[in-house]
Amino acid sequence: MLKILLAGLLWIVPSFQVAGTLPPFVIPFTVNVHGEPSEARNPFAANAENKRDSSVRSAPRNDNSCFLVECSVYATSRFTFGTQALQKSCGTITVAAAADLTDAINEIVANFQKATGCTVRVTTGSSGNFLSQIENGAPFDVFFSADIEYPRKLEAEGLAAPGSTYLYAVGKIVLWVRSDSRVDISNGLAVLRDPSVRKVAIANPQHAPYGRAAQQALRNAGVYDAVKNRLVLGENISQAAQFVESGNAEAGILALSLVLSPGLKDKGRFWSIPENLYSPIEQGVVLVGASKNPQGAQAFLNYIKTPETAALLERYGFTLPAKGKP
Amino acid sequence: MNWEAIALSLKLAICVAGILLVAGLPLAYWVTYSRWRWKFLIEAVVALPLVLPPTVLGYYILVGLGPRTFPGKMWQSLFGHTLPFTFGGLLVASVLYSLPFAVQPFSAGFESVDRALIEASWTLGASRLGTFFRVILPLSAAGAITGTVLSFAHTIGEFGVVLMVGGNIPGVTRTVSIDIYDQAQAGNYDAANRTALVLLLFSFVVLSVIYGTNRRAMSLWRKR
Repeated sequence: MLKILLAGLLWIVPSFQVAGTLPPFVIPFTVNVHGEPSEARNPFAANAENKRDSSVRSAPRNDNSCFLVECSVYATSRFTFGTQALQKSCGTITVAAAADLTDAINEIVANFQKATGCTVRVTTGSSGNFLSQIENGAPFDVFFSADIEYPRKLEAEGLAAPGSTYLYAVGKIVLWVRSDSRVDISNGLAVLRDPSVRKVAIANPQHAPYGRAAQQALRNAGVYDAVKNRLVLGENISQAAQFVESGNAEAGILALSLVLSPGLKDKGRFWSIPENLYSPIEQGVVLVGASKNPQGAQAFLNYIKTPETAALLERYGFTLPAKGKP
Repeated sequence: MNWEAIALSLKLAICVAGILLVAGLPLAYWVTYSRWRWKFLIEAVVALPLVLPPTVLGYYILVGLGPRTFPGKMWQSLFGHTLPFTFGGLLVASVLYSLPFAVQPFSAGFESVDRALIEASWTLGASRLGTFFRVILPLSAAGAITGTVLSFAHTIGEFGVVLMVGGNIPGVTRTVSIDIYDQAQAGNYDAANRTALVLLLFSFVVLSVIYGTNRRAMSLWRKR
């Protein structure tokens, strides 16, 4: 078990070296284990150490350190290989995207891959979730947050490339029901008082920006107290949508971008929640400081700023920052 | 510290362990002593949750038993609501999900009982039920305790199914594992830390006490 842990950590160390930022927790660890960190990173010295140790093989401690050295040789070779691969192409870009982007980002990525030949891997989820993962060293290169405060926070903490935060869109929330629902949503949020609406799905306000906006809108519309015991919380806005789509919740407050996406477009009706009921859901993207592929990440960010991507985002129901601002 | 979530998890785990003790013992008895040739199929079904990820069970409860399906409509007409987002839903999911953790130790306990003692009891005129309660169950007490403790512990630690079908309602479906997850996602590491520590200590103490008394109980049995 200990060996697996150590192997995992040694695998991570060279990744941070590529990015040029070594997180503080790695340094004391490396020193403690090897006694001399420079030796551990030199494959030849490590080989010599390896031979010496295997010829001795007396105490169990030696066996253990022998394993560690083999491990660092492996890690070092991976590091060298990684930089060579980077010089050839823009490599693989790993993107964390807020769940409201699920369909839009896939289309953007497909276009970007076609244009550049880069590989992009996308993970979607709750923005707050990603924030805390990135703060704890998650290997993402670019982070699309449904709340621009999160990228700003990462920048302030020194965990994002300085000045890279970019407001790419403003999100909207809508009240959504399935097409076969008898709930009349034409008069807006007041219908949620109706006891026939037994469950109302929103994203978790604690860590999902759309959930926070939904809560705010319910409060400002004066229905929050009537609804609060019937709220079910999705882990992110996609799960909230899934709760309504599967019929387990009668209504939901969802992202307009999801409601307009191919998966949900023909499955329900929506009512746009007036924008004065909630503070704008400003979407921000940022380059993660610990990125293993900063060039690729920058290229992707540049692509986000092109008019094509802006038009695509608008088609998915996002307001563009320039037009969205009053 | 979210005592509400801790209390909810305890309540859920106690209910699950209780239901599995009552329902699991006869099932384990049947699995152990039946000579039906297709018995292995039932054994495989009981063991399924060991292999299946919780997301599979969560998916079936959410979509398969949702209000748009026939079984879901049946359930709704019987109980007035669907399974997801209710304590009952969590209970059904947790009982299914912890089934092998109860039935397998029960069954192992029964198997360890000397067949000659059971037959002696029968020849002396005890009924099957009497033999079960006065011979088999006392001799396999360790298995029964282990199964109950494991199903309790497994329910306390349950996360995936609850995340999928719970809907995160405070006091109803927000269990302690979900609460810790939420706190961690929201960056409230202090709160997450406190609850996690309480849970860690609690689990350790409960398991130690039960394993400790279990061992003593076993040595008592052996002396007789």
